[in-house]
Amino acid sequence: MDYVKLINCMRCGMCLSHCPTYKETFLETASPRGRVALMRKLSEGELEASERLLEYLSLCLDCQACASACPCGVNAGEMVAEFKCEQKDGKELSFMEELILRKLLPHPDRLEAAIKPMRVYQQTGLQKVVRKLGMLKMFPKPLERMEGLLPELPGQPLRQAIHEVTPAAGAERGTVGFFLGCVMSLVFSEASRATVRLLSELGYRVVTPKDQKCCGAPNVLAADRQGLLDAARFNVDLFSRHDVDFIVTDCGGCGSELKKYGHHLEGDDGAAAFSGKVRDISQLLALHVDDLKGKLQPLPLKVTYHDPCHIAHCQGIRMEPRQLLKMVPDLDFRELAEADACCGSAGTYNIEKPEMSDRVLRRKVENIKATGAEVLVTSNPGCLLQLKKALSEEVSPIRVMHLTEVLARSLAGER
Amino acid sequence: MKESFIKELTAIVGPEHTLTDRESLVCYGYDSTPELENRPGAVVLPASEEDICRILTLCHNAGVPVTARGSGTNLSGGSLGDAHSIVIQTSRLNRIIEIDEENLTATVEPGVVTSAVHRAVEAKGLFYPPDPGSMNISTMGGNVAENSGGLRGLKYGVTADYVMGLHTVLPDGSLLTTGGKAVKDVAGYNLNQLLVSSEGTLGIFSEITVKLIPKPQAKKTMLVHFPELEQAALAVSHIIAARVIPATLEFMDRVTIKCIEEYARVGLPLDVDAVLLIEVDGHPAVVEEEAAAVRQVCERHRCSSFQTAATADEALKLATARRVALSSLARMKPTTILEDATVPRSCIAPMVKLIQETARKYNLTIGTFGHAGDGNLHPTCLTDERDKDEIARAHKAFEEIFDAAIAMGGTITGEHGVGIAKKKYLPRLVGESGIRVMRGIKQAFDPAGILNPGKVF
Ligand SMILES: Cc1cc2nc3c(=O)[nH]c(=O)nc-3n(C[C@H](O)[C@H](O)[C@H](O)COP(=O)(O)OP(=O)(O)OC[C@H]3O[C@@H](n4cnc5c(N)ncnc54)[C@H](O)[C@@H]3O)c2cc1C
Ligand code: SF4
Ligand code: SF4
Repeated sequence: MDYVKLINCMRCGMCLSHCPTYKETFLETASPRGRVALMRKLSEGELEASERLLEYLSLCLDCQACASACPCGVNAGEMVAEFKCEQKDGKELSFMEELILRKLLPHPDRLEAAIKPMRVYQQTGLQKVVRKLGMLKMFPKPLERMEGLLPELPGQPLRQAIHEVTPAAGAERGTVGFFLGCVMSLVFSEASRATVRLLSELGYRVVTPKDQKCCGAPNVLAADRQGLLDAARFNVDLFSRHDVDFIVTDCGGCGSELKKYGHHLEGDDGAAAFSGKVRDISQLLALHVDDLKGKLQPLPLKVTYHDPCHIAHCQGIRMEPRQLLKMVPDLDFRELAEADACCGSAGTYNIEKPEMSDRVLRRKVENIKATGAEVLVTSNPGCLLQLKKALSEEVSPIRVMHLTEVLARSLAGER
Repeated sequence: MKESFIKELTAIVGPEHTLTDRESLVCYGYDSTPELENRPGAVVLPASEEDICRILTLCHNAGVPVTARGSGTNLSGGSLGDAHSIVIQTSRLNRIIEIDEENLTATVEPGVVTSAVHRAVEAKGLFYPPDPGSMNISTMGGNVAENSGGLRGLKYGVTADYVMGLHTVLPDGSLLTTGGKAVKDVAGYNLNQLLVSSEGTLGIFSEITVKLIPKPQAKKTMLVHFPELEQAALAVSHIIAARVIPATLEFMDRVTIKCIEEYARVGLPLDVDAVLLIEVDGHPAVVEEEAAAVRQVCERHRCSSFQTAATADEALKLATARRVALSSLARMKPTTILEDATVPRSCIAPMVKLIQETARKYNLTIGTFGHAGDGNLHPTCLTDERDKDEIARAHKAFEEIFDAAIAMGGTITGEHGVGIAKKKYLPRLVGESGIRVMRGIKQAFDPAGILNPGKVF
């Protein structure tokens, strides 16, 4: 790691109050400032890469709330991720990583086929039996957590169902390429359908290239740089074959990764152009508030909004989703305390660090409950999974919807 | 650190809250002070006043020095201890015990974060004015120990002006209660005020009662550009001479303006010497009158632009420059040395001039911003700790700046405290008798010298 990055931290502590793990523990070792200090002392040779040190660093959610707060532009979360990458460099991918990152994610067909049994498992009632008998307890904990997170899966992944071109409803104002996130397509296809409907209603022709691949964010998590570069190269080339004004995604995680392609493939004009066109759906919709205003119909719901880390901290988008929700007639928008604090999902964190993930989640749930909202809106699949499960288990359950689902409903006049 | 001692500490706060591993201690080896480091022998995180009493009793008996720590954001090295000492971090004592709307007081535990107090009292239409730049993370205990000030200091005063009552754990583990909710209290020495700004050397605060005031009804924000530094400084004095005390009267110099524009592009002109951010607050009618008076004075002093915010959003926009001042400076170079030399208000122009000349003399980049209304400037040196020569020059420059501040009738530190960083300058300011009296007070509170040794003098 570049030493300057480490000494850029002036130890002002401004990041501490934004760091979910510090807020839970009050431990300096679990704070951004502490994490930078640990890496610095390691690189200066005062500390070794002891198991304890790695354990402290691994408690970081990589939510990047610290980066939003830091006056010096230090991104402790990203630095910890980079550090983990370096630690891993040269080491082979594990069997599971190889399977998921190389054999499944880059091949949507295989990925979709792999998830099929899960659907069968849910639909045949087998899931209920297994849960009732507590059979999952016989499996390792991570598997049990993973299974518990999955909501009911749609009949068919959106990638298979959607037409490659959806025409604009009415006069065409332009063309957008739609980047379909893996989890959005597999699990939250309804939300992505809503996204496409909104774009079409606003006069965009929507092109959804069927061959698109996973954005590469999971490869970053597993320190698989080659896998990431392959994914970036492929998607840049694929979208360059379509003449689009914007590349839109409704997945916060994909959006922040796609915006970095230009950086990943440094010196490649195509990649820079690609990243320059990427917009989160809320950014694009916010360009057309005047048009939307006339079209939205009353939706009398009490709603609050959770900022996904990948939207607020990684892309700096905070205003647009709120602006859009507040435009819906009769919608009662309530601001959420600590709205841009991580929900504890954080990639695979909720499976790897269940205890801290649950603590962070608990705080989020309490804040959501305090708003009195009936619906929690957010716009990232990780948050949707995590919060859907948690909020459905509450005594008075709170519904979870993607931003575009709410807007599409209002647009269609459904209550 | 003896194993038996650690065992007893653990018995008080639990293993989860007793830290002795190398990695943890490294992370308590710093606070926000540049260049200073020192590692304690152990760190404990108590959960109650009683825990603190027990820990101090234990340390007293074992002769182990103790340093209190809130969030470790002080800029004078005050929360650092050495390998023979322990650090008590108060963050877990974070309850707001009571907001008394009849007596207009708030009683909090020492680990409560300053802005949490703001939020809680403002929800009830009340106001706790002290607002240090670090308020989103600094603790009330730290604020009292450093007598922290902030942007609203000119009109509303600093932490000391709000402290009404304290629970202080003395070095032998006994509890001292001073003051309370009574507005008037002349019984004996004013120990409250003695304990404020004691930097953890006299006792450890375990409960704090502060005064609240009604929240001002209205506020008006103005941003003013001045082509000439002297005129900006004169405007500051003349605004106050016109009987207007703004809630905020902030200053930014040319170097700071340049950095702000490079980083945040808020639209400041690069050819002016100074920018003032001014806020007046209070009754709506008075606010209008005061804003008009401020405008008159600024125009008399040849301001080149005078903007007034019409809405809350616009006010936020105008305040952006000041809000990002530190970030903009800090991003320029890896190491940022932020000082707080303070002079009487009438000396602002000569002080800023002197800072700029000193920077030139030592070939340094120093941006100055700060609370012009109370003469509290933040000359901020942008440097690189790897450049030993430049760091040495920075120290020389600051030595000259502090000496000048003293000569102008000002002080070496307006809000960051003495700690370790400014120890050597204190005798120059308070003289031999000042040090003698302070030593006497220290002796009375802490005869064994176990509380935050090596700080202040
Ligand atoms: C970016 C930045 C901006 C800042 N802006 C301002 C500003 O505008 N105005 C200002 O005045 N300061 C400012 N500061 C300095 C600092 O934030 C204040 O001094 C603050 O009060 C420290 O609070 P803390 O909780 O971090 O205390 P710490 O740094 O942890 O401790 C400070 C001192 O208080 C003692 N202490 C802590 N808790 C207790 C207790 N319970 N009992 C007894 N002693 C205790 C410690 O021993 C130490 O000597 C700034 C600092 C930074 C980094
Ligand atoms: S990471 Fe940034 S915000 Fe946190 S202590 Fe370092 S400089 Fe300050
Ligand atoms: S990325 Fe999140 S968890 Fe990690 S240090 Fe930053 S704020 Fe804390």
